[in-house]
Amino acid sequence: MSLQRFILKRALITIPLLLGISLITFGMVHIIPGDPIDFITLFADLDPGTEAEIRAQYGLDQPVYIQYIDWVVDAAQFDFGQSIVTRRPVSAEIMDRLPFTLVMGSMAFAVTLITAIPSGIAAAYYRNTTIDQVSRVFALVGIALPNFWLGLLLILVFGSVLNVFPVLPPTDQGLLSPAMLSYTILPALAIGTGATALLMRLMRSSMVEELDKDYVRTARAKGLPERTVITKHVLRNSLISVVTVAAIQIAFIVSGSVVVEIVFSYPGIGRLLVNRVGNRDFPVIQALVLIIGVSVILANLVADVLYAYLDPRIRY
Amino acid sequence: MAMLEVEDLNVRFYTEEGVVKATNDLSYQIEAGERFGVVGESGAGKSVTSLAVMRLIDEPGVVESGSIRFKGRDLLELSREEMREIRGDEISMIFQDAGTALNPAYTVGEQIAEAVRLHKEMSEAAARERTVELLDSVGIPDPAERYDEYPHQFSGGMQQRAVIAMALSCDPDLIIADEPTTALDVTIEAQILELLEEVTEEFDTAIQLITHDLGVIAEFCDRVMVMYAGRAVETAPVENIYYDPEHPYTVGLMSSIPRIGDERDRLDTIPGRMPDLVEMPSGCTFHPRCPYAEEACTRTEPPLVDVASGDPADPDAHLQHAAACLAHTGDLQGSLDYTVTVDGEEPAVRGDGGE
Amino acid sequence: MSTRKSTTATERGRITVEGFDAERVTGRERLSDWMPEMRQEEGHGRLYYAWRRFKRNRLALAGAAIIAVMVFVAVFARPISLPSSFPVLAGQTVQPFSLAPADPAAQDVLLGHSPPSLASFTSDDPLGYRLMGTDWAGRDILSRVMFGGRWSISIGFIAVAVALGIGVPLGAVAGYYGGYVDSAIMRLVDMLYAFPFIVLAIAVIAILGRGYWELVLALVAVGWLSYARIIRGEVLSVKQNDYVTAARALGARDRSVILRHILPNAMAPVIVQATLSIGTTVLTAAALGFIGLGLSPATAEWGVMLNVEQDSIARGRWWAGVFPGLAIFLFVMAINLVGDGIRDAFDPQGDRSGSGGFR
Repeated sequence: MSLQRFILKRALITIPLLLGISLITFGMVHIIPGDPIDFITLFADLDPGTEAEIRAQYGLDQPVYIQYIDWVVDAAQFDFGQSIVTRRPVSAEIMDRLPFTLVMGSMAFAVTLITAIPSGIAAAYYRNTTIDQVSRVFALVGIALPNFWLGLLLILVFGSVLNVFPVLPPTDQGLLSPAMLSYTILPALAIGTGATALLMRLMRSSMVEELDKDYVRTARAKGLPERTVITKHVLRNSLISVVTVAAIQIAFIVSGSVVVEIVFSYPGIGRLLVNRVGNRDFPVIQALVLIIGVSVILANLVADVLYAYLDPRIRY
Repeated sequence: MAMLEVEDLNVRFYTEEGVVKATNDLSYQIEAGERFGVVGESGAGKSVTSLAVMRLIDEPGVVESGSIRFKGRDLLELSREEMREIRGDEISMIFQDAGTALNPAYTVGEQIAEAVRLHKEMSEAAARERTVELLDSVGIPDPAERYDEYPHQFSGGMQQRAVIAMALSCDPDLIIADEPTTALDVTIEAQILELLEEVTEEFDTAIQLITHDLGVIAEFCDRVMVMYAGRAVETAPVENIYYDPEHPYTVGLMSSIPRIGDERDRLDTIPGRMPDLVEMPSGCTFHPRCPYAEEACTRTEPPLVDVASGDPADPDAHLQHAAACLAHTGDLQGSLDYTVTVDGEEPAVRGDGGE
Repeated sequence: MSTRKSTTATERGRITVEGFDAERVTGRERLSDWMPEMRQEEGHGRLYYAWRRFKRNRLALAGAAIIAVMVFVAVFARPISLPSSFPVLAGQTVQPFSLAPADPAAQDVLLGHSPPSLASFTSDDPLGYRLMGTDWAGRDILSRVMFGGRWSISIGFIAVAVALGIGVPLGAVAGYYGGYVDSAIMRLVDMLYAFPFIVLAIAVIAILGRGYWELVLALVAVGWLSYARIIRGEVLSVKQNDYVTAARALGARDRSVILRHILPNAMAPVIVQATLSIGTTVLTAAALGFIGLGLSPATAEWGVMLNVEQDSIARGRWWAGVFPGLAIFLFVMAINLVGDGIRDAFDPQGDRSGSGGFR
């Protein structure tokens, strides 16, 4: 089937998935024993009139399934209600911070790709030599390293000891100002290291697998220069599986940002999520969890489409 | 001087389990336009030989010694660049599993055309034209459309045809075919063999055909070399191998083929297994499995000798029938007392040590 | 001179070979010492061979040794006595040894933030050796790191064990029965998989609140997914095998087929995944502790220790940050080495350097 039909089919499968996670996200709040209204009013005793008002305001007087539909419909328009803590619209709270996380995430992603792919290729081609051993050590360390610990160490070294790095982010500068961007480098590194280690290992094993295949021998038997054999024949097949995992790094980067933003006091959505959990600010928590879930699903979709595009066996 | 002269080739693989002696002082020759068969069981070193000729042996394998002379030049002495020029252009290879030999990510046409572009320095358009011609000549229907298709869209037989087209693309002088039909159905196998016959006749290409199937050898080859444990144990024109085998191993191979009308209760198979090429038996490597073996066989490794005269085999003498058995050097006390009966002829009695 | 087959030669008849007598070989005494490489050892199970391969892997052994040491230290850091709710033996000291030089909870604000020193080897400092310095409340970090291992390590093992208990049966059932059951379970898995590990754990903590078992539950809720998927895949492929069909043809019950024939062959990748998951679970638990959603701030859990000292680390008191983090890193690294070792033990084909052409 052609690529368009594949995309269509794949996208159709995604819809029930999206509905499902919206159900889960919505259902979170209602699993808790007790009345959701208590989180809003913080268990204060109110007279019935005020309570009824608040209920109506938050839609808690409706049956559950109506609440769900309302919530989903609103969510699709990016309206998540009001934060319990700040009383500001949740969407505003999120939009204040989302760009920061996106910038940091993109940096981390870029670092990962630029570092992991060439080194994975080198490690595979020069199998079992020093280059390979070094990269294996790096991969082992990178995967085991807690990203928040790495962040702390980076602050310690660059902030405190070497004193080249501010310990807190600049508060008055815009997102894309040089001060802010240079501040973003360390958090991006803290997240990117783990992702790089994973991707490098994957690149290496994917390429090692391809290098042992028959078509490589055929290519050499045709007299093709080694460079062509590797870049034209081997790489194309190795990258197919790697590209899809790279796309899924989104999930990894999001997880990383949750903790790393705390370490660096970075004003992104990760820090927002963590801060609001303590106060049980459910509108915000639900909104963030939903957005994250949706992004991961969409990233998977993109990855699958990319895979289909690159591998002729699926397309034709 | 023959087109391809392999002399005293020794290939070793240094593995964790030990040193694998894949070939041992292997020598053979192939003339221009000749169809040369290499037959033996799995693990006998047949494929290694062909890879060695192409210099595609990679670590942990090493060509320890010997020479491989192609049109007078020792391939083992060439630079990598020079060898690359020969590969695909003057010597090409057909592999056993056509499906995996083709890169799934590129069209079939492209994979053939790239060799043509490289060796013949043709433009893309010219290479494409030539490729379509080739696809046509190997019997692939609608070659112009098929050019743009991917390997997985071809059937097994067509894949093998495409691989043959790839091997022929630069008019090589020698094609090494490593079990080209083993993975195919019998009917397809027949077609492929026929195809190979046609193209080699037409282009006067020599073929080194490697197989474990005696039937294919009989059908296709002019001369045969039987390999066992990395050594050549018998070389002869094909008729002689079948009607007049002189080495116990060849005899064993032949007697283990079931035939219609055979009245025996059990097949006479060769007992035991081939050694694993790391630890080999002393003397003649076949002696643990040979019904005619004697003590002498454990001590001396029999050289490849002319069965008629007992003199060492002369690689240049092409009609020569040579075998590596002490029976032919006169060192055997007993005799090789098998009989080969051909329908309609008197059985050839051997009772005199085969001298 | 060519030896082209002459097409004018008369076709000779069919060939029969007689006299190649295999009995002469098998019947006679061996002529030389050479013996074919036959498997002379008795057959052992796959586990036996896997164990042998594992033993040869030095990195994996090193990892296992580190884990063993850390578990040992965690258990024997401070005495363990049975809780008062324990029947009959309440209050009994089960483990009397105390490897930790100081009481992990003993505070002395005057000694707060002291850097590591060896000075107290000589004096009789009541707080012990202070090899790793003290935290803000003057508590000895070395003792806390040793004692704190209990939290992280136990959470890691328990959470993975429980997750296995949920994921393996669900995945096996899904794979074996197929149909609606399979779809339902796998849809659930797909949906939950959309959330990154830690995000879902945070959501669960938001619902359940903080605490040891809440933490374990949160980790289980996200952890079971991978086992379910793996087992389902394995069951699907093993199901095709003939020996399963044979068992069913002989009338074996479903449960017995699953338990005796399918699962033993399907478990290998799950074991590998479980081992590696212990590492990610400990990392996630520590991360949750670090962001304040784990155990209470006074606990000696490694992540919590880092949380509490964040500011002072940034200001240069490196010892409060390096040592607890190092403990996490060491543990996760070691368990990853063991996990990789197990994977290689089950599947030795993994990464041979190319065969070079020899088959």
